[in-house]
Amino acid sequence: MLKDITIGQYFPGESVIHRLDARVKLIITMLFVVMLFAAKGFFSLAVGVIFLIMAYSLTGLSPTLVTKSLKPVVPVLLVTAVINVFFFEGNEIFRLGFISITDGGLINSAFMLIRVTALIAGSSVLTYTTSPIELTAAIEKLLAPLKIFKFPVHELAMMMTIALRFIPTFIEETEKIISAQKARGADFETGSIRDRASAVVPVIVPLFISAFRRAEELALAMECRCYRGGEGRTRMKQMKAGPADIAALIITFVFLACVVLIDRMN
Amino acid sequence: MSILQTENLTCVYGKGTPFERTAVDNVSLSIEKGGITGIIGHTGSGKSTLIQHFNGLLKPCSGRVLLDGKDIWEGGKIMPGLRFRVGLVFQYPEYQLFEETVYKDISFGPKNMKLDQNEIDARVHEAAELFEIDEKMLAASPFELSGGQKRRVAIAGVMAMRPEVIVFDEPAAGLDPKGRRAVFDIIGKYSRNTGCTVIVVSHSMEDMACIADRLIVMNHGSLFCHCPVNEVFSRAEELTKMGLDVPQVTKVFSELKKRGLAEDDNVYTVGQAVASIMKRLGKKGGDPAC
Repeated sequence: MLKDITIGQYFPGESVIHRLDARVKLIITMLFVVMLFAAKGFFSLAVGVIFLIMAYSLTGLSPTLVTKSLKPVVPVLLVTAVINVFFFEGNEIFRLGFISITDGGLINSAFMLIRVTALIAGSSVLTYTTSPIELTAAIEKLLAPLKIFKFPVHELAMMMTIALRFIPTFIEETEKIISAQKARGADFETGSIRDRASAVVPVIVPLFISAFRRAEELALAMECRCYRGGEGRTRMKQMKAGPADIAALIITFVFLACVVLIDRMN
Repeated sequence: MSILQTENLTCVYGKGTPFERTAVDNVSLSIEKGGITGIIGHTGSGKSTLIQHFNGLLKPCSGRVLLDGKDIWEGGKIMPGLRFRVGLVFQYPEYQLFEETVYKDISFGPKNMKLDQNEIDARVHEAAELFEIDEKMLAASPFELSGGQKRRVAIAGVMAMRPEVIVFDEPAAGLDPKGRRAVFDIIGKYSRNTGCTVIVVSHSMEDMACIADRLIVMNHGSLFCHCPVNEVFSRAEELTKMGLDVPQVTKVFSELKKRGLAEDDNVYTVGQAVASIMKRLGKKGGDPAC
């Protein structure tokens, strides 16, 4: 069901990771991505995975949430892995007609699989422990230097906040409309592709109308509270990086250095 | 004869997660053919979840739902044509309108029933007539109408399927008093004219007292009682405890009775109140019905 989508979902908590500054968390996540792509061998990749497991266990969230975040991307992962099997040279271990499977292909696809899985799991640590508001505020702060080039940083951040805020609302609304049209005999499960495509119309039209209605209401509500863009706007909660944040950054850099060193040594 | 029955119906949301919640808990009830049955309960008492089981939008976690004595999930598959036999009008049904014209929108249900064009046309006009929707309105876009008109069009869209049982979830929510009265008048007229079984979900006691013959009271997912309207309102204290209320006029009359100024306290509509007062004054008048 639509409700099972956990991408971008936030689970409030009081762990060390939850309390870290959102900007620091964002930077650490980016460093983590660098870590994963810098790794060239299994040993260095293992360092990245250890880093991930460490971070995850510190969040105090149930391990089943990781599998939940990975569920929607399983098909993509599998296809990537299978394709990778065929595109690497190596010693042939199995042959069927023109298809040949090599040890190099298998190793490479396993490597890719671990890397992408860790990537998704790592970014979900960020979204699970950081509220969307904190996250967009962090993006706004980090992108602030771009204001010199007249880049609309605040507007971008506000748009992201609003978009994230409305995801659950629209999921709920879609489910309601689907139920209502089903009650009028709409059939979404059977029929030809053409039938199914046209079955979407009774859902899409009301959804768009309600999206526009909500947008109008929101715009009005914002204007009523004198919103006029980012100029001169201050925050109630100021972001402050503390000792824990510096420690977290140092640990991340240590891990990154390990990855690079291990690859150098081999 | 009962047309719709539930047997030990239970529905649990989010099973196995920290958000697990029993929305409907072991509900067994039997709704008689014809007449208007009201379902009342506080917010989150499981009313909406319960009615979505009636037409198979939700599958029971355990227990059964029977239509005319037949399990609607016989063999794990939904009874064919069930949704045309049990119509469900959702809360704020105007948000489900999508067609270019009112006519097309009302005919969406009958079209899904794969009826022929003449039959569809007849049904659309029948439903439109009941709701005082004229030809000009039938040709208009549903998005040009007023709130109350949209509501009427949306309800007509379900009625055009001519279901044997029709369930309304808060049909008057968000309407002004005039709109409320219009909607309830049409529901009453529809029930009398067709002999259909009508189920109305609401938390307005005044509306329920006016329209319903029998009431089902839900409390925290379980069935509190299922009995004629006057019996329900005689249990005012228990109703208040579960966050519900009896009609204002019933309260007035129970106070009057305490002070020895009225004979009966099972008064729950203004019409009955007038009749009761007139009786005491030795005059005739008032409408005991509503």
